[in-house]
Amino acid sequence: MQVTEYKPKIVAFCCNWCSYAGADGAGSARLSYPEEVKIIRVPCSCRVNPMFILRAFQRGADGVIIAGCHPGDCHYTSGNYFTRRRMALLFSMLDYLGIERERTRVEWISAAEGAKFSKTMTEFCATVAALGENKRLEDLRCKK
Amino acid sequence: MSHSNHATEQVLRSSGVDVRKCMRCGKCTATCPAFDEMEYHPHQFVYMVEKGEIEKLAASPSIYKCLSCFACVDRCPRGVEPAKLVEAVRLSVIRKQGQNHMSPDAIPALLDEDMPQQLFVTALRKYSK
Amino acid sequence: MQRIGVFICHCGTNIAGTVDVKAVAEALSHEAGVVFSTDYQYMCSESGQQLMREAIREHRLTGIVVGSCSPRMHEATFRKAAAAEGLNSYMVEIANLREHVSWIHKDMKEATEKAIILGRAAIAKVHLNAPLQAGESPVTKRALVIGGGIAGIQTALDIAEAGFEVDIVEKSPTIGGKMAQLDKTFPTLDCAACILTPKMVDAAQHEKITIYAYSELEAVKGYIGNFKAQIRRKARFVDETKCTGCGICTEKCPMKKAPNEFNMGFDKRGAVYIPFAQAVPKVATIDADYCLMLKNGKCGICSKVCGAGAIDYKQQDEIIEREYGAIVAATGFNPIDAKVYGEYGYGTCPDVVTSLELERLMNAAGPTNGTLLRPSDKEHPHTVVFVQCVGSRCTETDERGKPYCSKICCMYTAKHAMLIREKYPDTDVYVFYIDVRTPGKNFDEFYRRAVEQYGVHYIKGMVGKVTQNGKQLRVQASDLLAGEQLHINADLVVLATAIEPDKTARSIGTMLTASMDTNDFFTEAHPKLRPVESPTAGIFLSGVCQGPKDIPETVSQASACAAKVIGVLAKDKLTCNPCVASSDELLCNGCSSCEKVCPYGAITYTDKEFRGPNRTTLIRRVASVNPAVCQGCGACTVACPSGAMDLKGFTNKQIMAEVDAICK
Repeated sequence: MQVTEYKPKIVAFCCNWCSYAGADGAGSARLSYPEEVKIIRVPCSCRVNPMFILRAFQRGADGVIIAGCHPGDCHYTSGNYFTRRRMALLFSMLDYLGIERERTRVEWISAAEGAKFSKTMTEFCATVAALGENKRLEDLRCKK
Repeated sequence: MSHSNHATEQVLRSSGVDVRKCMRCGKCTATCPAFDEMEYHPHQFVYMVEKGEIEKLAASPSIYKCLSCFACVDRCPRGVEPAKLVEAVRLSVIRKQGQNHMSPDAIPALLDEDMPQQLFVTALRKYSK
Repeated sequence: MQRIGVFICHCGTNIAGTVDVKAVAEALSHEAGVVFSTDYQYMCSESGQQLMREAIREHRLTGIVVGSCSPRMHEATFRKAAAAEGLNSYMVEIANLREHVSWIHKDMKEATEKAIILGRAAIAKVHLNAPLQAGESPVTKRALVIGGGIAGIQTALDIAEAGFEVDIVEKSPTIGGKMAQLDKTFPTLDCAACILTPKMVDAAQHEKITIYAYSELEAVKGYIGNFKAQIRRKARFVDETKCTGCGICTEKCPMKKAPNEFNMGFDKRGAVYIPFAQAVPKVATIDADYCLMLKNGKCGICSKVCGAGAIDYKQQDEIIEREYGAIVAATGFNPIDAKVYGEYGYGTCPDVVTSLELERLMNAAGPTNGTLLRPSDKEHPHTVVFVQCVGSRCTETDERGKPYCSKICCMYTAKHAMLIREKYPDTDVYVFYIDVRTPGKNFDEFYRRAVEQYGVHYIKGMVGKVTQNGKQLRVQASDLLAGEQLHINADLVVLATAIEPDKTARSIGTMLTASMDTNDFFTEAHPKLRPVESPTAGIFLSGVCQGPKDIPETVSQASACAAKVIGVLAKDKLTCNPCVASSDELLCNGCSSCEKVCPYGAITYTDKEFRGPNRTTLIRRVASVNPAVCQGCGACTVACPSGAMDLKGFTNKQIMAEVDAICK
């Protein structure tokens, strides 16, 4: 068996108004973060259905992070509050299923916080990498 | 301003007061009925605890002059509760001197209708450990 | 099956420097559905767009993936190019290869791999894209302004000047609001009435402005461009069209026991009254709580003396319905009730007054004709103590006060102190302050003048309590800089009470589905960049209803608000964002979960007929989304337990396809 450096798969859901712009900001400022992070644009963090996260883990993602506007700054006034509540529930359920808490995360990153975006993603990648591969919820049938 | 000071931490913990909430309006001092008797006034108390100057406060007769009337607590617009700080400093001095010779069992017998509840609470705190 | 074209942009060397663009285009060309794949130096340039348009034509493309800079940058450009070739613009997806790949990664191999994965995700999404049509809705060219204070008047005048119809709804019998009660205004000390009343007259005479005074908003339905509002015109018992405002009825009314609200209750008015001489509309109103005729049918004097025959004891409330394109909230403020501060003696000591009461006591048209007299014995006060921050800047959990700074108190107190010292130089004036906040043009100079020229005693400290001491008031206060407790014998104590949004603001906010903060101030769409709009489209904010403001700020915000309203009314049709929620009626179980989470009230429920088994019909309660109101956040899609609700452009399937592509 060939030993290769382990690279986690990380899905980042970013809201269009704050965090996606924050990621663009990180890009414009050339603030690097690991290429394992792949960003999916959603209109608001509250668009993230718990199903999407389960799907990601099922398909072999090792970590999922949701980034939205800071509480009170949501473009749609209250979307991120929904996210906060929904994810608190979902993450505790995932924890129960054996998906470590560290594999999931909700962060508030504003459009101005490119540096925070890069820092958060780097940290998150390191945490997930330390946990190793996610095997608990992965559906091997999807690997074919 | 140091918060690492052990005595300060103890006073903050036992009083439950967040001194950073103070906006320095001085309404506590304006309202204090024991003002003339006190060396350090309620607003100074808050400020000095924030600066960590517990020793000065502990050595001051002010801590025994406070009437525990709680007017400053009642009227503080920021909910800082200076009287609790005074009490906490007073307690820390009393404890240090080893004067806790009263047993908790003795308290019920001492209860009196005219006794301010504050005294009862103080006694309870003092002996509850 | 879609026929997808892939276009990878070099962006000069911005992308091509780190990403092997040729390899990306080559790799993506093998993806299912991709019939054309290429790379180009600058996709956004005229020739790049031309390249895309030719490919659409030649290869009959139905979907486009552009690997380029952020969609926040050029999504609109590529959408426009696709639309020019007859392809629906929502069939274009962007893979962000610059901000999210080339600019942050250094290793060519890894960056190229990531670029391919992002490209795959975009292709997976395009497969599921559906053409979307941006809807249009017409605009009713009329605005509604709720509140007739200086904010409402200014907004209405500016909108009317631009040629649009405006209605002002004011709950009291006259427009003018709080400013009409003021004596002088800082920092110039010109009299409030002299600058306000001409504006009131302008509003009344403007052919485009209709004033519904003594009226309240009853209900609002609809959305931007198409609001329907019901306005309750409360019975005045006086025919507005006949009354000439001569005031004979108010003189002859025998019932002179009603407290005069305009003078803060310092004197009495008749049961039939005109609030003040310059009221607009200048029409009498009968107070049903005091009128003898209305209460027990005996009197009728006003009706006898009225030459115009305007009195109508049988008048009823009337509800009118109007359509509007935009609505402005200008509901204003009130001082908080100072009675909660028992330690200051307000309500128990007559000579403790609030600042707004002092305005009336110093106003030439007030109960004392402008001579400053104590309420208790009508004597000149010789020592006046001002207390700042009464109820402002308290903790969030404080039951009596407000957590915010009321902003105007420092300045009006400086004004009061200055005016008292000017008129009565023998008076000692003390101001107890926590901080003096004077950010504003000529504000600090004004405050310094009060101290340096007029000799007002500013003392850093707070008043602890005020008690009656014979004919005088005993004020116990702290002087923090001197470390003293002061005991002052004062003749008059003035409390600078905090201001709070008008009590009606909350119910109006609910009617408008406009969000409010915990203090009942309306929330703005963006605190810095969209300060006069509510997050709810078509609702605009003017004046103190959005946050504490002084007059100059209120007026400038009112005009800004008018500009935004004109921006809406000037359009014939509004284009809507097509990426909105929509409900599958066959899946919807009518649970209302989506309706509860919608911040815009875009979701309504209707009973619909469905075909049941055996040729029966079923009536089912199903959700429907108003695309003109929906802003497309997607909160409802997650709340929906049956999966009926989905968001166009970001459907569940599309996002899951992206997830799959990324995790492959």
